[in-house]
Amino acid sequence: MRIGIRNKDLARQDGKRVRLDGMLTMLSFIILFIVVIIPLFMIIYNAFFYEGNLDVQLFINVIFSGDNLGAIKNTVIIALCVTVFGTIMGIFYAWLLGRSDIPLKGLMRGLFTIPYMFPPFFGAMAWDLLLSGRGGYLNNWLMQTFNLAEAPININSVWGIVFVEVSYYFPFVFMQVVSALERMDPTLEESARISGAKQGYVIRKITLPLVLPAISAGALLILISSLSHFGVPSILGFSQNIYTLPTKIYQLINRAAGDFQGVREGAALSVLLIFIVGTALILQRAVLRSGSYDIIRGKSMRPMLIKLRGAKQPLLIFAFLSLIVIVLVPLVMIFLVGLLKAYGLPLIPANFTLKNYTNILFNNKMVSDAIGNSLFLSVSAGIIAMFLGVMIAYVIIKIKPKGKEVLEVISILPYSIPGTVLAIGVILAWSGAIAKINLYNTIWIILIAYIARYLSFSMKSASASLQQVHYSLEDAARSCGASHMESLKDITLPLIRPAMVSGFFLIFLPAMRELTTSVLLYGPYTRTLGVAIYSLRSDGYITQASALASVAILLIIICNTIVTQITKDRKGV
Amino acid sequence: MKQIVLKNVTKKFTTKTLGSITAVNNFSLEIEEGECFSFLGPSGCGKTTTLRMVAGFEDLTEGEIHLGGKAVSVKDKNIYVPPEERGLGMVFQAFAVWPHMNVFDNVAFPLKVQKMNKSDIKRLTQIALKHTNLNGLESVYPSDLSGGEQQRIALARAIVTSPKVLLLDEPLSNLDPKLRESMRFEIKELQKKYNFTIIFVTHDQSEAMALSDRMLVMDMGNIIQIDTPRNMYNKPINKFVHKFLGQSNFIRVVIKDGKAYPKGDLSQEIPCDVDEGAKPEMLLAVRPNAININHTRGYRTKIEKRIILTDNVEYFVKVGDQMLEVETPHRNEFKEGEPCCLEFIHSLWYEDDGIDLDAERNKRQII
Repeated sequence: MRIGIRNKDLARQDGKRVRLDGMLTMLSFIILFIVVIIPLFMIIYNAFFYEGNLDVQLFINVIFSGDNLGAIKNTVIIALCVTVFGTIMGIFYAWLLGRSDIPLKGLMRGLFTIPYMFPPFFGAMAWDLLLSGRGGYLNNWLMQTFNLAEAPININSVWGIVFVEVSYYFPFVFMQVVSALERMDPTLEESARISGAKQGYVIRKITLPLVLPAISAGALLILISSLSHFGVPSILGFSQNIYTLPTKIYQLINRAAGDFQGVREGAALSVLLIFIVGTALILQRAVLRSGSYDIIRGKSMRPMLIKLRGAKQPLLIFAFLSLIVIVLVPLVMIFLVGLLKAYGLPLIPANFTLKNYTNILFNNKMVSDAIGNSLFLSVSAGIIAMFLGVMIAYVIIKIKPKGKEVLEVISILPYSIPGTVLAIGVILAWSGAIAKINLYNTIWIILIAYIARYLSFSMKSASASLQQVHYSLEDAARSCGASHMESLKDITLPLIRPAMVSGFFLIFLPAMRELTTSVLLYGPYTRTLGVAIYSLRSDGYITQASALASVAILLIIICNTIVTQITKDRKGV
Repeated sequence: MKQIVLKNVTKKFTTKTLGSITAVNNFSLEIEEGECFSFLGPSGCGKTTTLRMVAGFEDLTEGEIHLGGKAVSVKDKNIYVPPEERGLGMVFQAFAVWPHMNVFDNVAFPLKVQKMNKSDIKRLTQIALKHTNLNGLESVYPSDLSGGEQQRIALARAIVTSPKVLLLDEPLSNLDPKLRESMRFEIKELQKKYNFTIIFVTHDQSEAMALSDRMLVMDMGNIIQIDTPRNMYNKPINKFVHKFLGQSNFIRVVIKDGKAYPKGDLSQEIPCDVDEGAKPEMLLAVRPNAININHTRGYRTKIEKRIILTDNVEYFVKVGDQMLEVETPHRNEFKEGEPCCLEFIHSLWYEDDGIDLDAERNKRQII
């Protein structure tokens, strides 16, 4: 409160400050209104209104149609199963790496970062190649070896979707819990031991309750991600007519092919999906507000690691085998199939060729366009969203206008909105509905969607950094005679530069591999890398899709390495 | 009866940065029943590691530990009793009060683990709460309590089962100075009521002096001296202990014809007793409060600098070209530049190892 008064006093003395502050605040509200509020409004409006009249019938029809009820059921079942199994897996690995004396922890941690880097639909593609009910490689081998009449494992099922999503989402819980375990004061557990409690009792009564907030935070992150996830169910489910809400929305829009009725149906389903995800979000807020315990205290002591003794070898083997299956097998599979002369041939060196690579890289206009588009989109969305994020964070943290809470909520909102829903909102808003601006089928509509989607990433990174910059630093510059603009440019911005750099990469990396939003927004010449792989595959060019996915994997690894190097150099700043 | 016995206990760590470190070296000690014994030393000296070996949180590299006549850690015979079966009470530096349990559940935890019946749990917990002045706060959660109150919860939890041995790992260092003094007193009172054998680990010499029957000073894994607080203060075995307990002055001295002169200035003799066997060069150790500063008797010099403190005045004077610190009550008033005389009331002789004392401290590795 006092700071607010101080600002006003200052403002009275210096007209310039008022103008700059006011301008930044206005600009933030306007941009967020255009980028976030309009698309959301358009979804809700179109779901309930038709040519200016209230029309609830469509909404009711859409929700209670048998198809869509099935999709709702699948969405919820898959999300709940993924959450339960992903959480169990995350806790298990967190405990193994955080509290036991299992060897090779560094290597296992390295493996855990891999699912973070790649889009889950790569994994779905790989598992489809291995375990497809119509004769994946592994299924065929099993059928031959054991003389089975039909494929023993069918990945094109609800359980297959759950399995692949779990393998990509369990790190959410793992990361949260392992960091809670590592920062936890070990004397909290030791004092229970010295009070006479056995190891198992300590885990149940002390350790688990203390990391429970971390577990639930990670679990809810899984729940929300899985509810709005598109890639895996679309790759594994379409062939068997297994739909979830995001894939159903995609199908409606795709089939509609510009027909307004179809888009309206998609909007109606989107409202439903927002409602489900919103419920999970409210749950998440409630859990996070109930707070975590203050468990970090005192001098750093190495926690006493639990000796696994006899169980060490079996657990190590189990952990490594499962990690290899989850992490490495899909990657290797994609590389190998990318080398095949034709899909279906046995995976032996005699059948390998580099032709797929040369084909897609040099003879395929669609692919080279897609790589160019993705680079353009990622770099420009990264730069624009980064600066917007800094501006909004500056307004929220430093200027603190009335309504800053609204600003904060609006800027974080798109992150929680499923990418599919955001895409529909953007279509409804920018296909001529507003001021006759029609961006449909252009690259700009994707750019707008990306900016909305990734704004919160840079906003969060910038506000964390801005909070460290004390008022007195800018005030000191002002007292030395610098104008508000100069103090901003010479003091504040240089101080938060590391956060700006990392904010850019936080957007650039996921935008490079994005599929969910662009798959609904692309036009004939505006495919992205993700869309290119996706359409190659659905058109039956499986070896070429795999080759392009391998290229994408290499690109992602190179970018990640560069980012790690840059952030390492910046550590001292 | 000997309550705690450590025989030739050695602990080695391997770290990535420093290689193998001997944290505790050939440590032997016997502590009597009902004794309050302090481990004193700078950080990284091995005192906490020793305590954690007694508690069972660390393995021994060599040696053996016995509690109440029972072997709990013997390296040669592969005996290791886990912490929960050692029947100890322990208080940690960071309190380690469980934030998800209220005061009552925190204190009652050791009794619940023993599967005691409900009425006994309630009765014993109430006694422990009463002795630590926590009654009335049973249903409060630790995050709503002050540091002092949280530390009392930790203390109540440690004594609720009336263990024979109480291990205190710098329990007062997270408290403010006023609170620290009153908690010191409370611990002493509790010891009288329960007749605990206490090991008290601290780096605060006044805490150790105030609480203990006997104490030891450790440095870099080795025991330097074991003694009563009074002897430790008055007869430190070497200059490290001298410097660690209270304030110290060291004067480099040259012995000539049985008389002591400040090194580099033979014009005036230092008035003090010189041993027959003294080497030609020695260190004279004297505490700032053991120098009588006056106008007539002793070593003649002048006041270089004066600092007024709350209870005392601090003067800096020169002996030869070496600066000396003198602390006296306010009634002994001198001005800066005024001539004065120094009488050494209580001084000790150490061999001069030629090492600069400040440099030596900086060299100390911190684990």
